[in-house]
Amino acid sequence: MQPLLELKDVSFSYGVTPVLEGVSLHLHPGQFAALVGPSGAGKTSLLRLLLGTLQPTHGEVLLHGRALKEGLTPQVGYVPQLETVDWRFPVTVEQVVLMGRVRRASVWPWPSAADKQLVNETLERLDLAGLAGRHIRDLSGGQQQRVFLARALISEPDLLVLDEPTTGVDVRTAENVLHLLAHLNQQGITILMTTHDLNAAAAHLPWVICLNRRVVAQGAPEDIFTTDILNETYQGDMLVIRQGGMLFVQQKPHGHSYREVVPNPVPGHTPVDEAENGYPAPAISI
Amino acid sequence: MDILLQPFQYEFFRNGTLAAVLTGALCGLIGVYIVLRGMSYIGHGLSHAIFGGAVVSFVMQWNFYLGAGVWGFIAAILINQTVRRTKIGADAAIGVITTASFAVGVALISRYRRFTRSFDAALFGNILGVTWQDVFVVAAVTVLVGGLIFFLYKQLLFTTFDAEVARIYGVKTEWVDTLFALALAAALIVSMQIMGVTLIAAALVVPAITARLLTDSFNRMIMYSIVIGALTGFFGMYFSYYIDVASGATIVLLQAVVFGVALGITTYQKRVERLVHTHV
Repeated sequence: MQPLLELKDVSFSYGVTPVLEGVSLHLHPGQFAALVGPSGAGKTSLLRLLLGTLQPTHGEVLLHGRALKEGLTPQVGYVPQLETVDWRFPVTVEQVVLMGRVRRASVWPWPSAADKQLVNETLERLDLAGLAGRHIRDLSGGQQQRVFLARALISEPDLLVLDEPTTGVDVRTAENVLHLLAHLNQQGITILMTTHDLNAAAAHLPWVICLNRRVVAQGAPEDIFTTDILNETYQGDMLVIRQGGMLFVQQKPHGHSYREVVPNPVPGHTPVDEAENGYPAPAISI
Repeated sequence: MDILLQPFQYEFFRNGTLAAVLTGALCGLIGVYIVLRGMSYIGHGLSHAIFGGAVVSFVMQWNFYLGAGVWGFIAAILINQTVRRTKIGADAAIGVITTASFAVGVALISRYRRFTRSFDAALFGNILGVTWQDVFVVAAVTVLVGGLIFFLYKQLLFTTFDAEVARIYGVKTEWVDTLFALALAAALIVSMQIMGVTLIAAALVVPAITARLLTDSFNRMIMYSIVIGALTGFFGMYFSYYIDVASGATIVLLQAVVFGVALGITTYQKRVERLVHTHV
């Protein structure tokens, strides 16, 4: 089967600083994959290369077997980080979602009846029915994330790309977003997302790519989330715990707890010692 | 009644008022995109750049609109390209390019002192000099810019909201930016005679930010900004006749008053809403 997305020996640098070196990977139609790695590992640059806003200094990026060339934009639905959105901009949910139709839009400023219908269907599909006329700032974090997902879906993309969709939202919303993505993937949509949440990736994603300037490893989380691979990816001491068929990843504590740094964090309150109540002290490390 | 209609007996006043209403509406329309892009300073800078072009046109005996227009357009493109291709920020690029262009105008004026008076008018506005031909040019530019924004509505909205993502979704943002720069340069040139170089920036920004205070809807913001621009153009001209103050200054002062009133009303409304929420 021909890969939907293929990076062949791709390198990229900003000036003399290399960001990506010899990256080769495939993404097949229907795959749901996460790109993980520390800050500065080149995740965002890799996304930009496949979105066509950056050009590789070496190698090539192919979508459906065709090389992405400068000035050509691939049929990719992109969901940016919520933190990059201008929430003061006077725009409604419907207007944001309609932006996804811009490639197919008529010359008239108003949306066609078909586009309006499509917006309503997409909003309903993502449980946003009735919010079309609301200002985007007036929504909850989860709803905001789904509005930008709706914009990406309405563009009928070959590939859905999300930049840290679980950043800046609470744990429950992040969980819901990942469930929704899994549901969309089951409907046949190919998804690539970046995330810093290794536990969420381990729990929800069938395929993970560990990146740190180069591809360190890729595969199912249960196969590649090992101490060795994660240490190499994050250049740190990572702890992998497997319990009851579940996988937890944690950075190893530095050997000093908050009590050593701040002996009495709450004035007038004496911390209860581990020995007194039988429970371990909170494992917060600074 | 006759006293109220007295100024309209004069052709210069009728021409000036029509031009002020049209430029008010035009600046109101363009201003929405300027304000939402956080480029308020560009109106100020570009009008100064165009002043340089106007002086060069005069010296070289070129057509004023063509010379100043090409000059302004080149300045806008230079700013755009400097920001895109270098580490220099938009504010610094505007500062360097437009001030240098303005300096060209000042240098030429000091060299050829014979036309100092005409350029006083360009700097501070001169409604007495507005002819029917000028009104026709203002009307033509208003229709062209309005048409451009009408047909580029979706692309402009997306580019203004998030240019980088718009590019990913297939919007030719470089073309959109270039056409918008052309429209902005044209709007500034035709507004120069009414408002004067020094006051155009306010006419671009104030109606748009007033409209932004009054609504959270993009379409309503455009409508309010156009109406505020046109009405303050009309009444600013009208009051300037009776209080004998420069037309550009009166229009901008009236816009500032409207902004102050809008700010007062919206601040009061927010306070009331907060009180209601606290007590519910």
